[in-house]
Parts: sequence; structure tokens; C-alpha cells
Amino acid sequence: MKTNDVILQTTTKVVFFIIFLFSIHIFFAGHYTPGGGFVGGLLTTGALLLLLLAFDLKTVRKALPFNFLIVVALGLLIALLTSAWPMLFNEPFLTHAFGDYDLPFLGESSLHTATLFDLGVYLVVVGAGMTMIQTIGGDT
Amino acid sequence: MTAIANTLVVITISVGVLFSVVTMIGILRLPDVYTRAHAASKSTTFGVLSILLGVFLHYWLNEGFFSVQLLLGIVFLFITSPIGGHLMGRAAYISGVEKSELTIGDELEEVVAEAKRRAER
Repeated sequence: MKTNDVILQTTTKVVFFIIFLFSIHIFFAGHYTPGGGFVGGLLTTGALLLLLLAFDLKTVRKALPFNFLIVVALGLLIALLTSAWPMLFNEPFLTHAFGDYDLPFLGESSLHTATLFDLGVYLVVVGAGMTMIQTIGGDT
Repeated sequence: MTAIANTLVVITISVGVLFSVVTMIGILRLPDVYTRAHAASKSTTFGVLSILLGVFLHYWLNEGFFSVQLLLGIVFLFITSPIGGHLMGRAAYISGVEKSELTIGDELEEVVAEAKRRAER
């Protein structure tokens, strides 16, 4: 039976961006408030899952044409590189550094290399979640 | 200033709690899926929005913290909660859940029957 899901698809187009922006916010807020890479990644996966529910697998594959296994590998690579980087400067593995910088538009903000590690976690979570969902949902 | 703020907060949160209780009574008392979905999706939305607004006002006026997340939550729930009700009601109708005997008119019946017949062909 051909269904008419205009309402679901139209709201998805709006709601997707709210969830996605909120996941980015959660990701960056992780250092000082609850949040971080894991929750942010899960929220992004949730937003993509909403797209998968409202549209079909083929449309979402066309809109996001990456292999999510590569996203997992990229995330692991970023995490490994940021943790191995201090070893070049005779510091122990997983040493992190931070500093307060005066950025042109954002004012004084503290930048921390743990954010890069978190980016790795984020990519791994998004990639693993989407791979699982697409593998279970797809035919092949 | 604090008195006005506290009054606002108490009023909004009380209205929210009242509407949530009304929702619960509606879900328990109403006869079929559609009327229950009507009760659940409308008055819970308003109740939760009102509670969130009260919390937002409390943190803004009493604690001096402007929480954008709560505003975003209000907008988000306002968009999504009726859609949830709509989808549940639709799924129930298409899968053929019984209506209450009190139902008078049903304009969707012919459309859904026609669509089902066309799907079988």
C-alpha cells in the first residue's frame, strides 16, 4: 500500500537540523558541562536514523555517500594520532595540552587537544551506529 | 521582582502539572485509541511546554541563567509531539483498530479502503 507521509517528511526536514545542531552543541559543550563525543555521536546517529525512517535507505545513501566503516577507521586514526603525538616531544602517551587563545571572532577561549580525541570518539560512534543500522536495515 | 518571578514560575508549572494529570485521566477514561491519542498528544504537549517554560523562567529570572536548551526543547516538543500523535493514530487506523461505538462520521474510511484495494491489485 502506497502511503502518503508528507507530514512526517516535512517535519523531518526541519527537525533533523535541530537535532543535528544540538548534537554539535553537546559535542563541544562536553568539556565543561555534561555531554561529549559519545552522546554527541549518538544524537547525530539519531538524527540520521530519523532521516532513514522518513525517507528510505537508498535516498539517505545518496545524500550521504560515505562508507561508514571508513568513518570508524578515520575516528580511530584521529584518536590514535592525538594520543601518540606527545610521544614525539618526550611526553607520555595520551598527554594532553591546553591553552587560552584570543580568537578573532570567538573572544578568549580555551582550546584543548582532548577535543580532538573526542572528535575521534564522535566519528567512531556515528560510524559504528550507522553501519549497524544500515547493515540490519538493508537487503544486502 | 523575585515575587513576580516566583508567581510566574509557580503558575506555569502548576498549569503544566494540571494538564499532565488531565492527560492521564483522559488516557484512562476515554473509550478508544483515537480519543486517547487526542488526549495524549494535545494536553501533554501543552503541559510539558508549560513546565519547561516555568523551569526556563526560574533559571532566567531567579538564577540569571538564560538557557537556550530549554527554549530549543520547547520548540522541538511543539513540533514533534503532535506529529507523534498523528503517526500513531494513522498507524492504528490503517492497521484496522476498532473505533468506539460513539463515532458518528468517518470520512477516512473510503479513502483507506480504496488505497488498500488498489494495493491488492
